[in-house]
Amino acid sequence: MARNVSTQSRIGFTIGAWLVALLIFAPILWTALTAFKTEAEAIASPPTFLPRTFTLDNFEAVQDRSDYIKHAINSIIVSVGSTLIGLAIAIPAAWSMAFAPSKRTKDILMWMLSTKMMPAVGVLIPIYLIFRDLRLLDTVHGLTVIMTLINLPIIVWMLYTYFKEIPVDILEAARMDGAELWNEIVYVLVPMAVPGIASTLLLNVILAWNEAFWTITLTSGRAGTLTAFISSFSSPQGLFLAKLSAASLLAIAPILLLGWFSQRQLVRGLTFGAVK
Amino acid sequence: MKLTPLFVGALTLALAGTASAQTITIATVNNGDMIRMQGLSDRFTEETGIELNWVVLEENTLRQNVTTDIATNGGQYDVMTIGTYEVPIWARQEWLVPLDALGDDPEYDVDDLLPPIRDGLSVDGTLYAAPFYGESSFIMYRTDLMESAGLEMPEAPTWDFIAEAARAMTDRDNDINGICLRGKAGWGENMAFLTAMSNSFGARWFDENWQPQFDQPEWKETLDFYISLMNDAGPSGASSNGFNENLTLFQQGKCGMWIDATVAASFVTNPDDSTVADQVGFALAPDNGLGKRANWLWAWSLAIPTGSQQHEAAAQFINWATSKAYLELVAAEEGWANVPPGTRTSLYENPEYQDAAPFAQMTLDSINAADPNNPTVDPVPYVGVQFVAIPEFQGIGTNVGQLFSAVLAGQMSVDDALAQAQAATLRDMTRAGYVK
Amino acid sequence: MATRQTRALARTMMAPAVIVLLIWMAVPLAMTLWFSFQNYSLINPMMTGFAGWANYTYVIGDPSFTQALVNTLLLVGGVLVITIVGGTFIALLLDQPVWGQGILRILVISPFFVMPPVAALIWKNGFMHPGYGMLGHLARWLGLPPVDWFAQYPLFSIIIIVAWQWLPFATLILLTALQSLSEEQREAAEMDGANAANRFRYIILPHLARAITIVILIQTIFLLGIFAEIRVTTGGGPGYASTNIAYLVFRTGILSNDIGAGSAGGVVAVIIANIVAIFLMRAVGRNLDA
Repeated sequence: MARNVSTQSRIGFTIGAWLVALLIFAPILWTALTAFKTEAEAIASPPTFLPRTFTLDNFEAVQDRSDYIKHAINSIIVSVGSTLIGLAIAIPAAWSMAFAPSKRTKDILMWMLSTKMMPAVGVLIPIYLIFRDLRLLDTVHGLTVIMTLINLPIIVWMLYTYFKEIPVDILEAARMDGAELWNEIVYVLVPMAVPGIASTLLLNVILAWNEAFWTITLTSGRAGTLTAFISSFSSPQGLFLAKLSAASLLAIAPILLLGWFSQRQLVRGLTFGAVK
Repeated sequence: MKLTPLFVGALTLALAGTASAQTITIATVNNGDMIRMQGLSDRFTEETGIELNWVVLEENTLRQNVTTDIATNGGQYDVMTIGTYEVPIWARQEWLVPLDALGDDPEYDVDDLLPPIRDGLSVDGTLYAAPFYGESSFIMYRTDLMESAGLEMPEAPTWDFIAEAARAMTDRDNDINGICLRGKAGWGENMAFLTAMSNSFGARWFDENWQPQFDQPEWKETLDFYISLMNDAGPSGASSNGFNENLTLFQQGKCGMWIDATVAASFVTNPDDSTVADQVGFALAPDNGLGKRANWLWAWSLAIPTGSQQHEAAAQFINWATSKAYLELVAAEEGWANVPPGTRTSLYENPEYQDAAPFAQMTLDSINAADPNNPTVDPVPYVGVQFVAIPEFQGIGTNVGQLFSAVLAGQMSVDDALAQAQAATLRDMTRAGYVK
Repeated sequence: MATRQTRALARTMMAPAVIVLLIWMAVPLAMTLWFSFQNYSLINPMMTGFAGWANYTYVIGDPSFTQALVNTLLLVGGVLVITIVGGTFIALLLDQPVWGQGILRILVISPFFVMPPVAALIWKNGFMHPGYGMLGHLARWLGLPPVDWFAQYPLFSIIIIVAWQWLPFATLILLTALQSLSEEQREAAEMDGANAANRFRYIILPHLARAITIVILIQTIFLLGIFAEIRVTTGGGPGYASTNIAYLVFRTGILSNDIGAGSAGGVVAVIIANIVAIFLMRAVGRNLDA
């Protein structure tokens, strides 16, 4: 961006942008600060900004009550596992849609997206019954399967939009050179598609991580994810704002850090074909 | 996919823990006493070698999860925490394992359980759930505020006195509300309170032919009284206040009176959490001179679903958690004031408990005053004080609770809410086949 | 270009995804359809047998059905308007040469990483609570009476929370689109002496049209099923003021344990979602054509 902008307007824009960004970030910042306050200070009026007495008691109380590590591991397995399986199924599908499109390709794509519009509450009982009979209730792999299915349409869609941007000529050229289909994929397509695949992977890990209906209804103790973890801290007895904040911070911290560190990869690919 | 083996490995690792020792899964509510039980449960594992897998959930989520599980015979849980509402209904459907073993164990002393509570958890004389803690409701009030208002709380006040006192104690400039009552929608939240209150006003949910009674003057009187009292003397945002919210308000010294569960007594008198711990008095729930008081009866209890594969281990745990020994364990660790109340006669005869818990006698009197089999002034076809023990009540009660909560939020008039409650309840009762 | 062989290959490669999704859609949907014509209550084993259309008339006759329908559309529409207008504004701001771009972007996208129950809980308790929420403190500081958000503006409050979660998504897509606007185009417009408003109106906005389409499409899919935020904050109330179709289905099927009526509600919700989808495809589909 080498535009000539006067220093004055640059300062103006900077102040404006920071104000807006801090406003958007305020709820998370406030939660993070509250997590380190005592319960009494958390609801004091007028409020304190920085914790007057910095305490880690809330985290200790949260860990005592709920096994954070177990829930976090479940969240990681389910979100990463479902995304990897989803990619394995979606990459070939998206490849063929992008490079060998037929008249019906778009319809199929739209149909796939429309499966996501099915309201989860409407099919809870059927799924619950199926899970019971397949002995999948409260299992990490059962949850992984559900999460794969839920996010598969988004994965296919995202990959399709990237693959479509890959110039076909290159593939043609590779084919002329006598490249096998497999080689075509591995040596030509994959390197070009890696940013797209990386971004798809990140987005879907985030979506699976944040899914809060199936993860709560289909699990009890063993396979509970962090969404189930947080559910035990909503409206408990007595003063709880600081403990709730600590639990909230713990629940979002891993994905927040992942998001921050990988935001370039995430952003680069997050277009859904919005840019041509 | 090079990562697949890694993933499978992690999966195996995650599941490996379940194979070795015997493990039972316990579903419970995130209330203070249950959290304490969870904290002390290491002792149980030490004694028996049975590992415990805890599922602690917020009340509504818990209820939804256990209901879905037991009704579909999902078998996810070995011990469930349920209330006096669910036990008789589920027991009749043979979804719960009878707890005969408790009766055979002399050390457990099943006859020590408080009779109204034991009745509420039994069907045809067979116990289907063991009470973890029992409660009625009563008035908790601030002795200092009452005094500065120039009033004296009788042991058994009337609603008129409560209204007068609440208005006199209110001091909005200093953020003191004369009375805090439940307003959050839910059959176990505002409807528990309002149903109990309506009993003392002579109202009832259904007449003997299961006709809804919201079009009767008694309900209008109840709701008018409640709304005007809350508008004059209640806290702001009352329509989203449930038990926990009001507890916080009271502990912060923002309520003059609070009519709610007797278990709250130990929380509001605990100086660690409460800023008003030494200024709390207790009185029976108010009445209107019609012979019924506005107090309810409830017991959070432990039961075994028939779908569980480990009945014996589950029964062992229930025995441990609801035994006299458990009360002594809590007393030794946290003091007598913190033991789960309202389940055993012996507790109320224990001088140490009486000393530590000034509210003990009032709690016992309130529990004994509740009569689930005969809850209203006029006869009714149902059992239950603050609920109607039919399967449909959860849905109906929550629906009506939404409407009454909307009145408190200022979104609807009393008359509209009652008319809609009548129509909606009639609709659901007709669908369920009660009203022909 | 596509030979018969590649076409067959393409079909084979598409098959797993299509089959898996077909099963995922068909089996539960078929079961839901079946249940929707049955008397089936989880807690009342006495209720059995064929119900005819009774479940459907019961759900559609629910006193809150019309309001739930309107609320669903308001919720989707409200969030879309806020995220697209706000997202465009923020994207334009971030596209300027400001100091600290990297950190700014991190701050702005953060709400996207917050799971819905956590978002609802921290807004409910930390911000919108009239007693100890940040907004309550702010009101008192300004000498105003604190607003009881979920009692007075329930649907609006939920729209705010959901919009906050989705604002980063809209912003990112719009920002990427904005940055693909070539420097020449901008400079040409500046040369022509077009002022900022005209540049936005005639250059930037048309360029963003496709991105906005995508945002509408993806967000609508997620917004139609908004549930956790309502459950955690208002429980659909007060009254039915914040009940949407998904929550109505939940209340009927799960809270009241009436699987028959809940399934009928589910089928109705699927139909509504499809109607919305058809409108959406008609309205925005053109923009998506390659």
